[in-house]
Amino acid sequence: MSGHSKDLSRPSHATQGAPAGGIETVHGHQGLRLEEPLLFEIDNPGAVGVDLPDPATVENRLGGLERHTPVGLPSASEPEIVRHFTRLSQKNYAIDMGTYPLGSCTMKHNPRLNEKMVRLPGFANLHPMQPDSTTQGALELIDTLAHWLRELTGMPAVAMSPAAGAHGELCGVMAIRAALDDREGGPTARRRILVPDSAHGTNPATAAVCGFTVDAIPSDARGRVDVKAFADKLDDDVAGIMITNPNTCGLFEPDMIEIAGLIHDAGGYFYCDGANFNAIVGRVRPGDLGIDCMHINLHKTFSTPHGGGGPGAGPVVLSDALAPFAPTPWVVHGEEGFSLVEHGADAGEAKPFGRLKGFHGQMGMFVRAYAYMLSHGRDGLRQVANDAVLNANYVMAQLSDVMTAAFDGPCMHECLFDDRFLKDSGVTTLDFAKAMIDEGYHPMTMYFPLVVHGAMLIEPTETESKRELDNFIAVVRSLAARVQSGDSDAFAAAPRLTPRRRLDETAAARSPVLRWMPDTPTVEAAE
Amino acid sequence: MRYLPLTDNDRAEMLSAIGVGSVDELFVDVPGAARFSGDFDLSDHMAEYQVEATIAALAARNVSTADVPSFLGAGAYRHHIPASVDHLVQRGEFLTSYTPYQPEISQGTLQALFEFQTMVALITGMDVANASMYDGATACAEAVLMAQRITRRHKAIVSGGVHPHYREVTETQSRYLDIEIDARPPDLSGLEELAGDVGEDTACVVVQNPGVFGHVRDFGPLADACHAAGALLVVVVTEAVSLGAIRSPGEMGADIVVAEGQSLGNAQGFGGPYVGLFAAREKYVRQMPGRLAGETVDEDGRRGWVLTLSTREQHIRREKATSNICTNSGLCALAFTIHLSLLGEGGFRKLAALNHAHAVALAERLDAVAGVDVLSQTFFNEFAVRLRGPAQEAVDALAGRNILAGVPASRLYGRDAGLDDILLLAVSELTRDEDMDALCRGLAEVLA
Repeated sequence: MSGHSKDLSRPSHATQGAPAGGIETVHGHQGLRLEEPLLFEIDNPGAVGVDLPDPATVENRLGGLERHTPVGLPSASEPEIVRHFTRLSQKNYAIDMGTYPLGSCTMKHNPRLNEKMVRLPGFANLHPMQPDSTTQGALELIDTLAHWLRELTGMPAVAMSPAAGAHGELCGVMAIRAALDDREGGPTARRRILVPDSAHGTNPATAAVCGFTVDAIPSDARGRVDVKAFADKLDDDVAGIMITNPNTCGLFEPDMIEIAGLIHDAGGYFYCDGANFNAIVGRVRPGDLGIDCMHINLHKTFSTPHGGGGPGAGPVVLSDALAPFAPTPWVVHGEEGFSLVEHGADAGEAKPFGRLKGFHGQMGMFVRAYAYMLSHGRDGLRQVANDAVLNANYVMAQLSDVMTAAFDGPCMHECLFDDRFLKDSGVTTLDFAKAMIDEGYHPMTMYFPLVVHGAMLIEPTETESKRELDNFIAVVRSLAARVQSGDSDAFAAAPRLTPRRRLDETAAARSPVLRWMPDTPTVEAAE
Repeated sequence: MRYLPLTDNDRAEMLSAIGVGSVDELFVDVPGAARFSGDFDLSDHMAEYQVEATIAALAARNVSTADVPSFLGAGAYRHHIPASVDHLVQRGEFLTSYTPYQPEISQGTLQALFEFQTMVALITGMDVANASMYDGATACAEAVLMAQRITRRHKAIVSGGVHPHYREVTETQSRYLDIEIDARPPDLSGLEELAGDVGEDTACVVVQNPGVFGHVRDFGPLADACHAAGALLVVVVTEAVSLGAIRSPGEMGADIVVAEGQSLGNAQGFGGPYVGLFAAREKYVRQMPGRLAGETVDEDGRRGWVLTLSTREQHIRREKATSNICTNSGLCALAFTIHLSLLGEGGFRKLAALNHAHAVALAERLDAVAGVDVLSQTFFNEFAVRLRGPAQEAVDALAGRNILAGVPASRLYGRDAGLDDILLLAVSELTRDEDMDALCRGLAEVLA
C-alpha cells in the first residue's frame, strides 16, 4: 500500500465531525464529556512539567555520538499534563464504575490495599540485582506466594517468572518439550499438541512457537472435550494436550482425570490453562486431576489490576515430572536465609530450559496477589469461588427465558448464550453488545468461544452485589424484549451516548495510521 | 469479608431463584475424586490492617535504594518519578479497565497508547512502534523472530554487548523455531566487530547501545553491512533515558529497535513489571508482534482510535499468529507516556545530560581510587570497572556498610564467565556528590 488513502477523510483535529449528542458547542465539549486533542496538538514550547537542576559542564564521554537532532516531543507544564490524562481517563469504562461482565477475563474488584502495599519503599525502590542479603523480605514474599500457589493447586512446584497468561503457557509447553527431549535423549519425535476447538487463541499460538503442530479436538454436544475423539487421536506422535478447565464455555470438564490417564499412558503431558481458576479456587486442586502444569493469571483470580491491557503475571505450577525443567531464576530457602538461583550452572540436579524474561518475574503483581490472598485467607478464597459460581448461575437463571443458553445445566463462573434468540430479528450479537454500552455497561465477551454461534459469554465475578446483578439482568431483559419488538434500527445505531460512536475498524486496518506526524504525510504500512 | 458483597440473605434468595438447595449443587459437574475436602496449610482471612502489618514487615527487611547510596543498573535504573505519574496511573478508569476491545468506551486508553507509540517512535528514531511488550528482554526475543519472518533466514548474531538476560530470553524463545543464535562472548572492550560476519544466512544482528559494559557505539557501518547482505539490524536499548543524549538507533540505520522503558515512569520494583518498547521501519509493520492502536473515524466522522491490524494476533490467527503474546504492559506504558509528557523535549534532554554529567563525575573520582580501573572509554550513565579482587566480595562488603555498589558481572554471566573482577556502576540524576564520595571511600577501604 502506498500514498495517502483518499477514501478515508480523517479529521486533523479532535473537534471536527458531527457534534456528540447532537448539540452544537464551541469546542465540541458536551458538558462533562470533554474533547481532548493529542498531546502533540497541545504542545506548549518552552513549558516544562519537571524541574531539573542544570547539569554541570563536563567533557562528554559519548564518543562523538551525541544527539544533534530534536526528539520531537511536545512540551507542557504539570497542570496541562494532569488535565490531559484526567480527561483521557474519563473516556474509559472501568470496574470501578460498574459491572464489567467480560467472560473469560475475570474483571473483579481490584483492592486498593494491593496498590498501597506494592508502593511501600521496601518493594518499589528495590533493585533486582541487589545482594540477596538486602532483599530478604522480597525473596520471602515470593517464596510464600509460591507456597500459596502450590497449596491451592495441589502441585509440587511453581515457576514464578512468566509475565502473563500466554507467557505462562509458553513456560508450560517449553517444560513439556524439555521433558520429552530429556526422556528421549534428543529432540523429541513427538510433533503434535492436542487443543480443543473451544480454546483461547493463545493455546494453539503457544504450541506453534514451541515447534509443535496443533491438532484440534472437537467439543461434544455438551460443550466439553469429546473424550472419544481425543482418545482416537492418541499415538506416539502426541506430545501433550492443552485443556482449559473450567473451559471457555464456562463448564467444568468432568473427564479431566480420565483424560490425564489417557495422555500419560500415551507418553504425553497434560497442560491445563488456568485462566478460569477463579471458579474452583479452594474447592478443587487441579493437581488432584492429574495435570502436569497450569498457569495462573494473577490478574484474574488474584485481583491484580488489568491496567487497560497489562501488565499481568502468569506463574506456572508444575508436576514432579516437569519441575526439573522450570526456567531460571527461582528462590531457595537455606540456612542463611533466602537466595536466588539465576544460572543453570548453579541449578544442581535441575535442568532449567532457559530464561523467560529479564530479572525475576512480575514482583509488583506478586505483592498485590499476596495482599489479596492474605485478605481472603483459605476460608475466603473458597467463598470467592462459591460466590463467583453463584452469581453466574443467578444471571443465567434470570436470563434463560429471554436469551438462549448454549448448554443445559449449571455453569461455573460464567454463563454462555448463543444468538438463537436474535434469529431473524436483524440484530446481531455485536449490536446487542453495543446497545448495552448505552445502558451503562461494558458488554459481555462476544463471539468467543468460537464453538458457539454468536457467542455471548457473561462473567459477573464474585464482587458484584445482588443489587448490581438485578440491575444488569433488568437491562438485558429489556434489551431482549426490544429485540422481540422488532426495533433493530435502535440496535444498529448503538452506541449513541459514548465519547465516540462505532469506529471504522476496516478503514483503520486498510491504511494504518499508527502515530501522530507533524502536518502529515500519514505513516502507512506496506502490504 | 470486605471484597464480597453478597450477604447470606442474598445467597439464599439467589439459590432459591436458581432452584437449587445449596451452592454445592452448582458444582455437580465436578466428580467426587476432584473435590478437595482437606485443609490448606494457609492462613485464614485477615483485617486490612493485619495484612498491611504483615506485608510492611516484609518490606522493612529490604534495603530500599532510596535510603542508601545505590549504583545499581544493568537494565533497571533508579530515576525520580514525578508524583503526578503515580497519581494518574492509579485513576480507576486506567487501573481497572481491560484491553480496549470496545473502543467506544476505551478511547482514553487507546489515545494514550497512540501517544505512547508516537513517543517510542520519536525517541528511537523509527517510523512505527507497537503498544508495548512484557519487557525489554522479551521484546528482544520477538525482534529476532520478526527478523526471521521478514528475511526467511535462520541465523541471528547476538553481540557480546547485549545484556545476558536479553540473550538468554532470545535463546530460550527461539530454541524450537529453527533459529540459530550465534551468541558472541562478553564484549568488555567495546571493540567487537561484527560487520565481517554478516552473511547470506544472517537474518539479523542484535547489538545494544549503550552496551551492557557501558560503551556507546556508532552502529551505522554495521547497519550498512547488514543491509548490503540482506540482513536486519536490531538495536537494544536497556536505558531509555540514554536516547535523550545519544544519536538514535534509527539515525544509525536500525531496522528494529527494542528497549526497556522502565526508566521512565516505572519503579525498579525488584525487576517487574516493566515495559518493553518495540519500534520498526514502516515497511515491516505487518510483521510486528503485539498490539497496535491506530487512528480512524467514528460514524459521525469524528477522529477516534481502535486496536488495529489484529489479523496478526493469536485470537484471530491462532497457531498462525506472529506471536503467542496476548497482553501488553498497558499501565507501565501509560506511566512511561505520562513521565515523558511531563519531561517534554527540554526535560528529556536535560534529564539525559544530568545523568551523563554524574557518570563523568563518578568516573573521574574513581580514577583516583587505587585498585579500581574504569574500563569504558565511552559511556552514558553506566560503565564497567575492573577491581583488584572479586567484585561480588566487594559488593557484599559494601552492602554491609549500607552502600549498594553496583552489579558484579558474575551476577549477570555466572561465576564461570571469567568476569569475577568486573563491576558495573550506574548513576542517575538522583546520585549525589556524597553518594559518590561514599562509594569511592568504601571501595578504597574494601580493596585495600
